[in-house]
Amino acid sequence: MNIVNFTPVSALSGGLLIGLSVALFFILNGRMIGISGIASNFLISKNNRIENFLFLVGLILGPLIYSLISGQEVNISISSSLILLIIAGVLVGFGTRLSSGCTSGHGISGISRFSLRSIIATITFMLVGILTVLIKGIL
Amino acid sequence: MNKIVSLVCGIIFGIGLVISEMINPEKVLGFLNVFRDWDPSLAFVMIGALIVATPIFHLFKNKNKPVFSSNFSIPTNKQLDKKLIIGSIFFGAGWGLIGLCPGPAITSLALLNTSSVVFVVSMFTGFYIALKVN
Repeated sequence: MNIVNFTPVSALSGGLLIGLSVALFFILNGRMIGISGIASNFLISKNNRIENFLFLVGLILGPLIYSLISGQEVNISISSSLILLIIAGVLVGFGTRLSSGCTSGHGISGISRFSLRSIIATITFMLVGILTVLIKGIL
Repeated sequence: MNKIVSLVCGIIFGIGLVISEMINPEKVLGFLNVFRDWDPSLAFVMIGALIVATPIFHLFKNKNKPVFSSNFSIPTNKQLDKKLIIGSIFFGAGWGLIGLCPGPAITSLALLNTSSVVFVVSMFTGFYIALKVN
């Protein structure tokens, strides 16, 4: 194992902001943030639909506001075939709904509550993610 | 006020994903690439988020009510069932394939690239399938 591209300061700073968002949403609106929950509830449920929609709009505004303030362009690279994108997207959507949470809902909100369900979910999806990357590297 | 809070929290969360680079699938795949060239950065995203969210949750969970709503809504399900494990396995596999999870995927729609759109549409299809299966 080699350690590469390690950026602890920006990772920690971004993490603090994410934590702030979760904390504010809880204190002010009374709900724990889980993005798969917010997104799927926006799709299927009338409860809090406008709030859920506005949260998702906020997420999308995030990079635009960041670019405006910092003057830096946000770039990402997704290197994958169309079919793999579709398979992965369906797996992520189906899996997070079946287990009622994703990286934010289980990994942050759930663990901050010391929820055993969320701790087990987070360990499981991390291990399977690591295994998937390992297998992909071999193939 | 609930609506303004939702929008603002979404913005803060989205900026956090950008600054931490969690929005970048390459960064996520680097984090999951434990056995070769490992980039441990994203562990610090989780640490940062938990440092803030954990004390705040435990300080406020027993208060009467949140500032702008009539009650707190906290998940009550404590069952360690098959759905939790199977769902997490599916999610982990999809996450490891591309490096996108729901938050970064939706946030990356701002960058207007086709791959993000395809992924998000597929993800919503996955939500819908899970709803039908259940």
